[in-house]
Amino acid sequence: MMRCFILLVFFCITCVANVHGGTPVEVPDTMAERVKACIICHGAEDKVGRDAYYPRIAGKPQGYLFNQLRNFRDARRYYQPMAILLENMTDEYLLEIAQYFSALQLPYPAPEQIHMQPEEIKLAERLIYSGNPEKNIPACNACHGDILMGVEPAIPGLLGLSRAYITAQLGGWRNGGIMRGQTADCMSEIAQQLTDEEANAIAKWLASQFVSGKPSPFSVLSPELAHRCSQNILENGGAK
Amino acid sequence: MRHPTMIFMASSWICIALLWGCIVFAADTITDEPERSTGTQQVVHGAYLARVGNCMGCHTTKSGQPFAGGRRLSTSFGIFVTPNITPDKETGIGLWSEEDFWQALHQGKSRDGRLLYPAFPYTEYTKVTRQDANAIFAYLQSLPPVSQSNPPNDIFFPYNFRPLLAIWRALYFKAGVYQLDQSQSEAWNRGAYLVRGLGHCNACHTTRNVLGAGQDDALTGGQIMGMNWYAPSLSSQLEAGVGDWTIEEIVTLLKTGITKRAVASGPMATVIRQSLQYVSQEDIHAMAVYLKSLTENESGNAPGVSFSVMSGSLRRHLDLGGQLYEKYCQTCHGVDGKGMPGIYPALAGNRSVTMKSPLNAIRSVLNGGYPPTTAENPRPYGMPPFQQILRNEEAALVVSYIRNAWGNRGSLVTAVDVDRSKGGGY
Repeated sequence: MMRCFILLVFFCITCVANVHGGTPVEVPDTMAERVKACIICHGAEDKVGRDAYYPRIAGKPQGYLFNQLRNFRDARRYYQPMAILLENMTDEYLLEIAQYFSALQLPYPAPEQIHMQPEEIKLAERLIYSGNPEKNIPACNACHGDILMGVEPAIPGLLGLSRAYITAQLGGWRNGGIMRGQTADCMSEIAQQLTDEEANAIAKWLASQFVSGKPSPFSVLSPELAHRCSQNILENGGAK
Repeated sequence: MRHPTMIFMASSWICIALLWGCIVFAADTITDEPERSTGTQQVVHGAYLARVGNCMGCHTTKSGQPFAGGRRLSTSFGIFVTPNITPDKETGIGLWSEEDFWQALHQGKSRDGRLLYPAFPYTEYTKVTRQDANAIFAYLQSLPPVSQSNPPNDIFFPYNFRPLLAIWRALYFKAGVYQLDQSQSEAWNRGAYLVRGLGHCNACHTTRNVLGAGQDDALTGGQIMGMNWYAPSLSSQLEAGVGDWTIEEIVTLLKTGITKRAVASGPMATVIRQSLQYVSQEDIHAMAVYLKSLTENESGNAPGVSFSVMSGSLRRHLDLGGQLYEKYCQTCHGVDGKGMPGIYPALAGNRSVTMKSPLNAIRSVLNGGYPPTTAENPRPYGMPPFQQILRNEEAALVVSYIRNAWGNRGSLVTAVDVDRSKGGGY
């Protein structure tokens, strides 16, 4: 009787051992492992791959990333590949993913080599650092941080992104907004005021800058601009 | 000698304690039963039933107000827009009576007597009891009214001529509450009631004919209408039949979306997230008992390629897929296709990979995805989308390979199959 019992215990142990022994795949219990599905497009090594469109997300403000994850999931920002991946995720998990990428430090790729005419550079720099008060266009760095690396917690940086991506986003904002169903979107209003020439100059200029530094603190934002962009800045990003 | 005895004694005590726990738990759930009729309890019970029936799955848009409708369901007959079922008097069902609601659920007729399109699964809901229907109605009426007018349906001619529904109903609809099968256990009957009635599993897991009618309620699988997904047969051992699974394993899949041998993906992952993870232990157990009993007569021979007669060119073709597998898939799914059970699914012996329709396997490769985030699996691991990396021909090669490696047998997939799988909702 006792021998049978000991054999049974031994059998159970070997069964368990077999289940684990048969699989050579090692799966670390980390966020890095859990977000493998993301880094196929957003990883450091794929930046210069077949498609340079995908934006860098490492080091962006946490609130910005969290808002975008929810916007994609809830169809406020439309991009089907993202919507499919996020469809069945809770806010808690999305926040954890946002925290992970926000804290992730990756070296920045070399800036794109883009030829610009001197007057084009002047135009871009004027809009970026001074804006155009006549058309109610604020300076880019008034909201996106003095060094254009974003503002905590929810305004994205503009450097380290490809020209194709920036151009596409400005176009998206101009055509009714990237975030659907959100009214009084500050970036929509601004993008609609920009001419093609201005939008192109900004995209070229931003993509060709060297990148360094971190997002600025929220206190750098003027109360007026914080109010104007409140839809985007709000902690809940327009979510209910 | 003494040591194992003590282990044995201790484990006996644990068993007794567990049994006692189960008895107490069972006693609790039984004593809860008869008090459903009072107002608040009816609403609470109705809320639970609305979860089980996943009403919000269709009657809520992404980021929309719960139960306010407006979700567009694309079908081969046109686009159906789900109605607002909050108790708003103008735009919802605020003026409806209990009787009106019963007529909709049980007879497929609206308050004004109009026949409803079976995009609303009254073909299944008709099996729901009057008591349960009343509870769901009480719950819906207890919600905050939302004033939201939704756009009208956009249905193609001639289907937009509503009186034709009378013919359809004569052919394919029979009203009737679920009838107990006395030869089966209580759990089986409860499971059948939930699976075939309120849970309306057959809305997806059936092959629909040209008029959109499901075959019967045998859950033998089919292409989901308006979605580019294949809902596998729940009775076939070659697809998603669970006849040889343990009850615990079936329960785990339905509650968490993942087991050692299967992962829920696509629309099923959404159903688990929205509905099944909240189903009570007793009810999910009953559903598992019923699902386990479903069997189909089948030859047992999987379709596909037999290696013994495989030509040299075919072998080379699959080798190309094998190279892609090694490059992109092997890190997670392993050289032997065994994956990491419970995290990365095994592909060897995986019926989602080998079943007759390769659609779901192709879609998983192209779109990737995560199992649902559930209470039991709050931080799932996921699969990257390869659409951005693999061309159609390459995706076809890799899917063909996994359908025929490690003893798997499945038909080869072409670039055309891959291209076709790209359209449609997700």
